Amino acid sequence: MTQALQVRNLAKTFVLHTQNGVHLPVLDGVDLDVRAGECVVLNGPSGAGKSTLLRCIYGNYRADSGEILIRDGDEIVDVASAEPRRIIALRRATVGYVSQFLRVVPRVTTIDVVSEPLRMTGVGRAEATERAADLLTRLRIPERLWNVPPATFSGGEQQRVNVARGLIVPMPLLLLDEPTASLDAENRKTVVEIIRSTVAAGTAVVGIFHDAEVRDAVATRLVDLQPVAKAAA
Amino acid sequence: MTASGTPEETGPLLRVSSVTRYYGPIVGCRDVSFDIWPGEVIGIVGESGSGKTTLLSCISARLEPTMGTVEFRSRAGKMTDVYRMSEAERRFLMRTEWGFVHQHPRDGLRMGVSAGGNIGERLMAVGDRNYGAIREAAGDWLHRVEFDVGRIDDMPTTFSGGMQQRLQIARNLVNGPRLVFMDEPTGGLDVSVQARLLDLLRVLVAELRLSVILVTHDLAVARLLADRLMVMRRGEVVEAGLTDQVLDDPQHPYSQLLVSSVLQP
Repeated sequence: MTQALQVRNLAKTFVLHTQNGVHLPVLDGVDLDVRAGECVVLNGPSGAGKSTLLRCIYGNYRADSGEILIRDGDEIVDVASAEPRRIIALRRATVGYVSQFLRVVPRVTTIDVVSEPLRMTGVGRAEATERAADLLTRLRIPERLWNVPPATFSGGEQQRVNVARGLIVPMPLLLLDEPTASLDAENRKTVVEIIRSTVAAGTAVVGIFHDAEVRDAVATRLVDLQPVAKAAA
Repeated sequence: MTASGTPEETGPLLRVSSVTRYYGPIVGCRDVSFDIWPGEVIGIVGESGSGKTTLLSCISARLEPTMGTVEFRSRAGKMTDVYRMSEAERRFLMRTEWGFVHQHPRDGLRMGVSAGGNIGERLMAVGDRNYGAIREAAGDWLHRVEFDVGRIDDMPTTFSGGMQQRLQIARNLVNGPRLVFMDEPTGGLDVSVQARLLDLLRVLVAELRLSVILVTHDLAVARLLADRLMVMRRGEVVEAGLTDQVLDDPQHPYSQLLVSSVLQP
């Protein structure tokens, strides 16, 4: 099986200059290997750095040292040292990230919010809209809401729109940070089904799921992450 | 980088090298270097007096730097120093390949000329003479910036600030420029008008695969439009990188202060 992601000796410390320069070490010497068709669930107490690790892999947080190697076709890109424009290209068709929260853009309708990532890969509007409609239907967003911007939606609805937007482009690597956190049982089940079929189709997934039932349903492997021992500052 | 990889994807469109501008002994901007590639949007953020506008003037061929070079890639693929070309060449470049959207529409519009005239003038400046075609293009662009085309013969003075700004954008984009400079394009507008303009800009930039250099002090505007950010302070770039990385994980003390000083950028 293809190696989709290799994290090597990753370290990340937050230095808060506005708080008298306090150092908060979050990741130290982290290694992680994920192959295509695997769903690795990060396990560990709150504060272990699970979300920070996902954000580093996505390039949202800057790694202090180490390597984050992502396979992009025949190429391997080190997110820890890549140029911004390389990371943007990677995000377009290789690495997806779904957080708990939808970042809404004023005036853009729900159907367009969901179909946009697919259109950005060059798929035509009609086809992208159709795919978005499929996903929104599966995720039980009523059709009357599709042409409304999601700003006024409930937390659960926004999260489902976010899941749809995050999953519309089939990505080789998908990062999921609690995508089921505020969903009811039925919608949680749907998201679990979608994740399972995505993994079965060969996507490598790294996820954080606090709900044990969801975790057991999607994980092919658990990886433990422990908080960094307090550095003597 | 553009979605489908345009033929222009062969190198940077603009290369800024060690650009420095002094006003007498005072530093406007110092030692700024960066490349912008086709289809990229770069945001320049920082507080008033940080040198953002000086830098924008230097790189848009409006203010010669004390030191450093600004090179633009011609359609033939050659990098040319914009301060070494003749005045005529530079003017032609600015009219055909570049656009400049000012914060105040009055600085970018001809207030005594109709809406259609403001757009059509740009086409005439590059040699278009067919009145029917020019008027049609002007109508088309008014529609794209969400104007009622029935206002084509009205004067800009009869428009609201938001409408004037949309007209200025149309005037700048009608020629199909490859690079557009924007100085606080949503600056003086009401929040609701801002949102509309931002969304319009976002769509146009993506559709036309424009390269944009955007000066703003509004981090939310930067997040929405820019792929990359440069944070300026006292004339220097103190941090540069992917927009969401700079905003969510700022490294420099000044960037951290800037980000932590606003509500939910």
